[in-house]
Amino acid sequence: MSIQKLKPVDAVVVGTGVAGSIIAMELVNAGLKVVGLERGRMIEPQHDFAMPYVHDELKYDKHSDIFQDLSRETITFRNNLQQTALPMRELGSFKPGEIVGGTAAHWGCHARRFLPDDFIVKTKTDERYGKNFLPHDCTSQDWGVDYNEFEPYYDMFEQIYGVGGKAGNINDVKFEGGNPFEGARSREFPNPATLRTPMGEKFAKACESLGYTPFQNPAAAMTRAYVNLYKQMLGECMRGGFCGSHPCSQGAKASPLTAVLPALLKRENFELRPLCNVIKINKDSDGKRATGVTYIDSQGRMVEQPADIVVLATYTFNNTRLLLLSDIGKPYDPVSNTGVVGRNYSYQTGGKVSVFFDDEQFNPFIGGGMIGTSIDDFNSDNFDHSQLGFVGGSYIAVQTNGATPIKTKLIPPGTPRWGSEWKKATAHYYRRSFSITYHASCQSYRGQYLDLDPTYRDANGLPLLRMTFDWQENEQKMSAFMREKCEGIAKAMNPSKMGAKAVEKKYTIVPYQSTHNIGGAVMGSDPTTSVVNRYLQSWDVHNVFVVGGSAFPQNAANPPTETIGMLACWSADAIKEMYLKKPGALA
Amino acid sequence: MPHTPSAHAYSYLNLPEIAFLDAAVSRLIPQDELGPGAKEADVTYYIDQQLVSVWGTHGRNYRQGPWLEGTPQQGFQSRLTPQEIYRAAIRDTNEYCLKQFNVRFDFLKEEAQLEVLKGLESGSILLPHVSAKLFFDLLWKNTEEGFFADPLYGGNRDKVGWRLLGFPGVASGAYAAHIDNPTLYQAEPVSILDIKKGQASLDAQGYVKHVMIRKGT
Ligand SMILES: Cc1cc2nc3c(=O)[nH]c(=O)nc-3n(C[C@H](O)[C@H](O)[C@H](O)COP(=O)(O)OP(=O)(O)OC[C@H]3O[C@@H](n4cnc5c(N)ncnc54)[C@H](O)[C@@H]3O)c2cc1C
Ligand code: SF4
Repeated sequence: MSIQKLKPVDAVVVGTGVAGSIIAMELVNAGLKVVGLERGRMIEPQHDFAMPYVHDELKYDKHSDIFQDLSRETITFRNNLQQTALPMRELGSFKPGEIVGGTAAHWGCHARRFLPDDFIVKTKTDERYGKNFLPHDCTSQDWGVDYNEFEPYYDMFEQIYGVGGKAGNINDVKFEGGNPFEGARSREFPNPATLRTPMGEKFAKACESLGYTPFQNPAAAMTRAYVNLYKQMLGECMRGGFCGSHPCSQGAKASPLTAVLPALLKRENFELRPLCNVIKINKDSDGKRATGVTYIDSQGRMVEQPADIVVLATYTFNNTRLLLLSDIGKPYDPVSNTGVVGRNYSYQTGGKVSVFFDDEQFNPFIGGGMIGTSIDDFNSDNFDHSQLGFVGGSYIAVQTNGATPIKTKLIPPGTPRWGSEWKKATAHYYRRSFSITYHASCQSYRGQYLDLDPTYRDANGLPLLRMTFDWQENEQKMSAFMREKCEGIAKAMNPSKMGAKAVEKKYTIVPYQSTHNIGGAVMGSDPTTSVVNRYLQSWDVHNVFVVGGSAFPQNAANPPTETIGMLACWSADAIKEMYLKKPGALA
Repeated sequence: MPHTPSAHAYSYLNLPEIAFLDAAVSRLIPQDELGPGAKEADVTYYIDQQLVSVWGTHGRNYRQGPWLEGTPQQGFQSRLTPQEIYRAAIRDTNEYCLKQFNVRFDFLKEEAQLEVLKGLESGSILLPHVSAKLFFDLLWKNTEEGFFADPLYGGNRDKVGWRLLGFPGVASGAYAAHIDNPTLYQAEPVSILDIKKGQASLDAQGYVKHVMIRKGT
């Protein structure tokens, strides 16, 4: 096939999600001519995401075309090296987006920073619990940058995404009502915290009776009308439910489509090209410099876009896959434990305990915008692990995301799955129940990684990404511990009945768990164990930056997007302040 | 509310398939003292419409071989689409019933239908062309969806599923003011279909002005 070669630009940003949109904006602000390439279609929120059509659970839980079209591209999956990986044929465990704006058009808006200890898991664990405490095949490592260096960039992201919350720690002074465990922030959140629902209130009281400190989830759904750092106006959240997995008609959900792209699209030195699927980063003859990217456009033409800087921001999976397809960085080999690309793929652990109240009713459908109440007493290294035999932690929360009726109907354990008893219990408990959930970290391990599948191919004939992943003993122990803590809180609420989800023995690709996939192109200070340096710059090809959850060396308990956005601000700053002045390796 | 049979134009299912599904979904979500069941909610028609949707032919699924059975953790791996699964499994189940009881599934007594459904669910009944459990899980998933999805998709007739739960459907603009209020919010449910038919009043942002149900009525 002949390749159409275009005029060079200063930078090409692949992917227009949380990471790509911010980097593109910052590079445009620095005066660069930037092209944004996006495999998905253009979105006009006022038409594509209009009321009442967004309040459609069937569509947005399962069938919407804003999710990745697996008929063109998917991943393959197996639990371990001995198995044959098979394609994820339908959406399940996670639900990446495929539109301009990416996955955050339908995200849940839970916007939390990671905790300071999350960036130094390895040294902190070795120091506090001894060198043999981490499991022997655990490959978790420090990030190479600490919380204090990241703080200004967290702050910047919060000003872009209008995060609402109450600070628990400003410049090391503690404030009541906030999270006492959070890292010191330089100032208060840009928007006020959410109100507390009656369910959140019950949870908070129970937590306080046990000596824990509840606070409201920081959220990037506007708690008031807000004008952000890029002068974009975001609307106030309506708490109409139909939120997580649904797009927002109110412009209340901060996302690339509301917070960044409208400003970016007005800029002359930016050009967005939707329906362009990037298949490769091209390199010069000695392989030390990228010359641009090759993509297939909406009409099936092969196009080469030369650029001085290439930023990959295509989510964890394609960030890793495009590096492998472009032969940038040494692929990871779990047998010899050498190589880096694909190494340290990880996910998040989770579970729930449900509570049922025969004599009390709630309004579970009123909510959304990540309204919720949490505790961090068992998150990260906020508690003593020495007798527990596991590392990591979890936040525990009651979140009222809007109980949509297909998905969110709790029934007590022992109720039949269908038939008249099921119907009775479902009708009785829909408004008389809620869940206490735990969202926990996940370490990285030698046998858990991403590589190219030997058999299955995408619609362009290129190998799919293969995921090898399973729950390990450390995470199962942690899960059992967290479940017990949730049960303790549940009991303190004195429910008529309660039910706990069993700790999963094996990771399965169905049903939905979270779109918090990380690793594969991790950052660090050692090129033998990381793909990118502390500025998210490729160790091997200095004008390639790889930004996203792919850079996390292991997963913390907190949701990833605030840290993804922060890394985009951090990396963009390094490109602007250092790389443009002196192109070359920054570390 | 007396049930009037609906006259739907079915797009995919044939008559024996409609009879089979009417019977099966009646066992899964029965009509009882709490109100209409799945059949009365037009779940059979909902399934018919889903089978001709993009989903019914797995238009957005990855559909390249090789087709291996895989482990339960590896998820859906059948070569068949939902259309094909329903067609083959209904035929196979009816064959099984004819062999065992000399009548088709829909002619069996209720208790016998329940037993057959349990056999499909547990996999103790073996169907020659598809996994019985795969079929049952699909049928149950679709039944639940058809009972609780917006009536826009042909099921949840008269919003019976939502009434059963006390779910008000499309949200009202009043929710935000209600968020920290323990007072019960009880409203006549409103669907997207109602709005399309002009049968609901909306505020300027397109949110519904709910008609509240007063306690005791
Ligand atoms: C239902 C749901 C709820 C969530 N809730 C939360 C939450 O409450 N809190 C939280 O922190 N996170 C949440 N997340 C996760 C959050 O959405 C992601 O972390 C975030 O969107 C990742 O941003 P990104 O820029 O790395 O990737 P994305 O947003 O996925 O953007 C990547 C973009 O790259 C494009 N792309 C991919 N490959 C190519 C290619 N080859 N060529 C061109 N373009 C390509 C994609 O189409 C996409 O637009 C949720 C996710 C889901 C699905
Ligand atoms: S609940 Fe709030 S953030 Fe969520 S979709 Fe509705 S208005 Fe948007």
